[in-house]
Amino acid sequence: MSFSVMLEQLSSGMVKSLGIFVLTLVFSLPLGLLVAFGRMSKNRLLQNIIKVYISVLRGTPLMLQLLVVYFGPYYLFGMRIGGTYRFLAIIIGFSLNYAAYFAEIYRSGIESMPVGQYEAATVLGYNKIQCFFRIIFPQVVKRILPAVTNEVITLVKDTSLSFSLAYAEMFTIAKQIAAAQTTFMPFVVAAIFYYVFNLVVAVTMEKIEKKLSYYQ
Amino acid sequence: MNLLEMNHIRKHFDGLEVIQDISLSVGEGEILSIIGPSGSGKSTMLRCATMLEKIDAGEVLYMGERAACVTEDGRQIYPKGEEAKQIRSYFGLVFQNFNLFPHYSVMKNITDAPITIQKRKRDEVYEEARSLLKKMGLEDKENAYPCQLSGGQCQRVAIARALALNPRILFFDEPTSALDPELTGEVLKVIRSLADLQIAMVIVTHEMAFARSISDRVIFMDKGVVALEGKPDAVFDSDNGRIREFLGKIAER
Repeated sequence: MSFSVMLEQLSSGMVKSLGIFVLTLVFSLPLGLLVAFGRMSKNRLLQNIIKVYISVLRGTPLMLQLLVVYFGPYYLFGMRIGGTYRFLAIIIGFSLNYAAYFAEIYRSGIESMPVGQYEAATVLGYNKIQCFFRIIFPQVVKRILPAVTNEVITLVKDTSLSFSLAYAEMFTIAKQIAAAQTTFMPFVVAAIFYYVFNLVVAVTMEKIEKKLSYYQ
Repeated sequence: MNLLEMNHIRKHFDGLEVIQDISLSVGEGEILSIIGPSGSGKSTMLRCATMLEKIDAGEVLYMGERAACVTEDGRQIYPKGEEAKQIRSYFGLVFQNFNLFPHYSVMKNITDAPITIQKRKRDEVYEEARSLLKKMGLEDKENAYPCQLSGGQCQRVAIARALALNPRILFFDEPTSALDPELTGEVLKVIRSLADLQIAMVIVTHEMAFARSISDRVIFMDKGVVALEGKPDAVFDSDNGRIREFLGKIAER
């Protein structure tokens, strides 16, 4: 196999990795906010359910969670798996897992806000929703950005866990080529791909941080 | 009818009675100062009046409309939704530490609530905000952010922000306590200039000379009760032991 063919195959895998990355963020970032609300809810039952959710998803391997989401429906309900469900299972697994982490990051940001901001908004007549989305949340975003960057970088590398469901993203393909051709080269190329991907992520996040540095 | 009426208010924190059966009222355009030692319940009284703190007994009325009340069996009743919004529109509050929104420019701090909450026209609100800023001596700061301003400037923005909602009564919770003496002067000057706006003001302050000269009426609070109330001269020159002791301590500084 020529180097260019290998590069081509890995690139197509990269596109799939990118797909997992983007979709996971699209779903887990809003879901994480909802989970954070549940975690901070005054309703004790809801709060405890969410605590268990976060505890389990943070306390077990993501790879294992992917296997459970993928194979679980088959063993539990005899559902036919495979086909498009493979990709769906990956997105569900990743989103649920990352939402748990993001929830705690949101919570740390929200709880760090001075109570005076809520009080000022309340006295000015903002209702709870207006207060949160106009006053609190924009400031929370700025506060949690470094922590979110950490998670996002981890997510780039975590997409490789999809190999456990034999989904043809970059790492799975690299492994296949390496095994078939008994060469180490695909791993080197994959490493470079991941690194460049993360470099782009880090630079982008830094830009956003800079953009938000107009206030303290 | 009184603008604000607080009847038989009680408030306790963890069994400590911070406010013990206080009643007070404020008329249209009246300027009332509340003085007294730390921990006497002055700020708590303001926080009860502005619905930031729930009362344990009594009732709060604005223009005869009920803002808070506690029933015989101890249930706290607070208005909700539109009713609450209506009542909140009667008053404004200026905090000790300003509580400006750091992510908003000075202009946006002042105009956001009138535009998004009161649904007023943007152009009209901006025009009004500019004239308020002028009154505050901050006409060149509308695009600045709070972190670029001095404490005195921040507090003046906070006053403009409260005034932009056209309240009938404005509460000041130790507006100069976070400022050094030089900046205190500029804020007091601005508050003084509001006296002719015909807005009622309730000012919790440690600036005795200021309280004496600006107020129509002064309340001296001590240990959760109103110890003395009356015209400024009557209160400050009273030979009541507690206020003499308090004023003596302040004069020693």
